[in-house]
This record gives sequence, structure tokens and C-alpha cells, in this order.
Amino acid sequence: MRRKSDVLTPLFFFVIVVSLFPLGIGSERDTLRQIAPGILWVAALLATMLSLDRLFEQDYADGTLEQMALSPAPLGMLVLGKVVAYWLLTGFPLTLLAPLLALQFDLPASSLLVLAASLALGTPVLSFIGAIGASLTLGLRGGSVLIALLVLPLYVPVLIFGAGSVDAAAAGLGATANLSLLGAVLVLTGFFAPLATTVALRIALE
Amino acid sequence: MINWFKYSSPKMFYPLAGKLIPWFAAAAAILAIIGMYVGFFMAPTDAQQGEGYRIIFLHVPVSWMSMFIYLVMAFWAAVGLAFNNRLAAMMASALAPTGAMFTFLSLWTGALWGKPMWGTWWVWDARLTSELILLFLYIGFMALQSAVDEPRRADKAGAVLALVGVVNIPIIYFSVQWWNTLHQGASVSLTQAPSMAMIMLVGMLLMALASWMYTVAIALMRVRCIILEREQHAGWLDELKEVKQ
Repeated sequence: MRRKSDVLTPLFFFVIVVSLFPLGIGSERDTLRQIAPGILWVAALLATMLSLDRLFEQDYADGTLEQMALSPAPLGMLVLGKVVAYWLLTGFPLTLLAPLLALQFDLPASSLLVLAASLALGTPVLSFIGAIGASLTLGLRGGSVLIALLVLPLYVPVLIFGAGSVDAAAAGLGATANLSLLGAVLVLTGFFAPLATTVALRIALE
Repeated sequence: MINWFKYSSPKMFYPLAGKLIPWFAAAAAILAIIGMYVGFFMAPTDAQQGEGYRIIFLHVPVSWMSMFIYLVMAFWAAVGLAFNNRLAAMMASALAPTGAMFTFLSLWTGALWGKPMWGTWWVWDARLTSELILLFLYIGFMALQSAVDEPRRADKAGAVLALVGVVNIPIIYFSVQWWNTLHQGASVSLTQAPSMAMIMLVGMLLMALASWMYTVAIALMRVRCIILEREQHAGWLDELKEVKQ
């Protein structure tokens, strides 16, 4: 993640994928408004996954990862730091960009805030779970495709609660329930995922 | 007292598994025959669903097994990871294909049942969706293990994935259930099936036991193959009857 393209490519991928849907589905406003949360969320899942294989790759290749594993600081904390940095470069810009794209889908203003909030809570979870996938496939052939296979089924709850919160807000039900669940999932993964990632990294380094 | 840990080495386990396989296979065959007899001839025709309901004698047992095998697989994966035991990890990889097969069968027989009963092959019902995701988890586990060249790393990486999956299964299950209930009203649900006649339950339990015995037999067979493959260079293999020939 040290090159500019690593940061920009997922973002542009996100924009392009989202703009492809109206072309494929048709430009009827009611339909678009209805499917917008799902599309934005699925596109966000795919975009944050694009650069996952680069999360530990360079460190693994040049031996930095080994030094990190040997350092006196607990590896879990270092992993946490890496994931947070990764999120700041992928999930966070996406969170800022998504409301803008949602305007193209004619989402009401009240939903935009919920969308941004759900992405702000949800994309860190994606990064945490993605880190597990990235560490498991470290140094394998075809690792990036494999990550998708491992990680996407585990993304399901985030997708459901994330898109559900925007849907609920649009339907006037209030998004608090879904956002609280997303927050709970974030707390859980924030605690457990670095542990699992650490175990997987040590296996890869053996 | 028997020293059970004796059998935690592939060398000791290989002949034991060979001795156990015929028993489990025979139990599976006998139970399946009795279960199918009960299912086809003794169970009455359902008042609402006609003869078509009889597919549940296969569908329900394979669905149970698909979930149960994942738990067993995760258990052996955890044992393999915690005690650094090769045999337990081999057991986990031996179970995965059978689990995936049962999951696929469950979806397939469910679709066959759904077409005449619900009028559609597939609905995005909570149970169907979580079963589909379970299939993805199995496929991910097998894909990861086959992508790693080094067997020990494959074992451990697969174990971590299986455990992460097992933690996630309840979350996925509930999220899918809430997603379903949030979006649409109560659709047809298996939980609301009419209260079941005793004989149907017996048939289903017999078939479930048969699938269980089948799973044990086939997993033991597969674990024997994995042992042969992995321990190629071990001296004890050369002394086996089947290898000498």
C-alpha cells in the first residue's frame, strides 16, 4: 500500500462499478432509489477487497513482517495498526465518496447521512475480516482470487446490516437498530480479528 | 484402561481405521435400508403435500449432517491447532468434502421439494440462504487447503479459517434471519411444518443415523488415503500388507 495507485484504484473501481448498474438496469428513478443501498454496499465490499492481497505482501516479501513478529511489541497490536492504516486508505475515502454517488441514485438527504454512518462503521469490519483472509493466503499462488472466496461469505452480516440500515432509514423505520448491530460486529471483530490474523501470520512465517 | 492417545499417531490409527470402516459402512447400509423402507412404505401419505413430501427423509438428515459436519470439522481443526497434532488436522480435511456434498445435497433436494410445494426452485428464505453460505464456507476451506503446497501450513491455515467460520456461523445465521424478516412477511418456513407423525420422525432419525455412519465410514477412508499420501516416506508404510503387494 505504498503506491498512489494502490489507494486510487479501489476508489475508481468503486465509482465505475456503481455507475455501471444504472446502465445495466435502466434509469428509472424509483427502481434506482430502491436498489441504491444494496449496490453501493456490494460495490464497497468488492472495492475494499481489491487491494487486500497487498496488505501484508510487501512486508512479507522484504522480511519486515518477520522483524515485526520478532519485535517486543505484541504482534496483535502491530496488526491492529496495519489494519487501521489500511482502512484509512481504503474504507475511509470510500465512506466520504459514497454519499456523493448516492446522489446519482436520488437517495433522500436523510438516507445519505445513514449511508455514510453505516459505511463508517462497516468498512473497518471489512478491513478486519479481510486481514484474516490476507494473512491466510500470504505468499500463495492466486492469493487474490482465493481471498475473495474466503472473505466474501464472512462479509454477509456486514452487508445485511449496512444496506439494511439505509433501507430502514428510507422506509422511515429508523436506522438505529442496524447501526447498533454494525457497531457490535465492529467491536467483536476489532477484538478477535487481530488475534486470528496474528495466528495466521505466524503460520505463514513458519 | 486403554491408552486413547496411542491412536493419535497416523501409524497406529491407520490399521484401526481400516478395521472400523466395514462396521460403519455396514451400519450405514442397514440403517439406510430400514430408513428407506419406513420412508417409502410405512409412512403414510401426507394430507397436504401428497407423496412429494417423502423427499424430507433425505432432505432433513442431509441438512442436519451438513451443519453437524462443519462443527466436527472445526473441532478437529481446533484439536489439530492446539495440540499440533497431524492426525486431527487430517481428519478435518477428510471431513470437508463430505460436508460440502451434504450441503449441496440439502440445497438440491430442497429445490426439488420446493418446486412442487412452493412453486419455485429457490426462495431467499433465511434457512436456504444460510445453507448456501455454509456451502461457500466449505468451498473456501477446501480451496485454501488445496492452494497451500506445504501440508502442515495447509492444515493450520485451514484450521484458522474453519474456526473463524464457526464463530461467524451464528452471526451469519441471525443476520440472514433478521434480513429476511425485515424485508418480507413470513414466507413458507420449515419450522411451521405440520406436527409430524411418529413414524415419519422414526424414518427421518433412521436416515440421519445412516448418514452419520456413512460420514464416519467415508471420512475414515479418506483419512487413510491422506495418511498414505502424506507419510509416503515413513518406514512403517512399507510393512503394510497392501503396500507390499
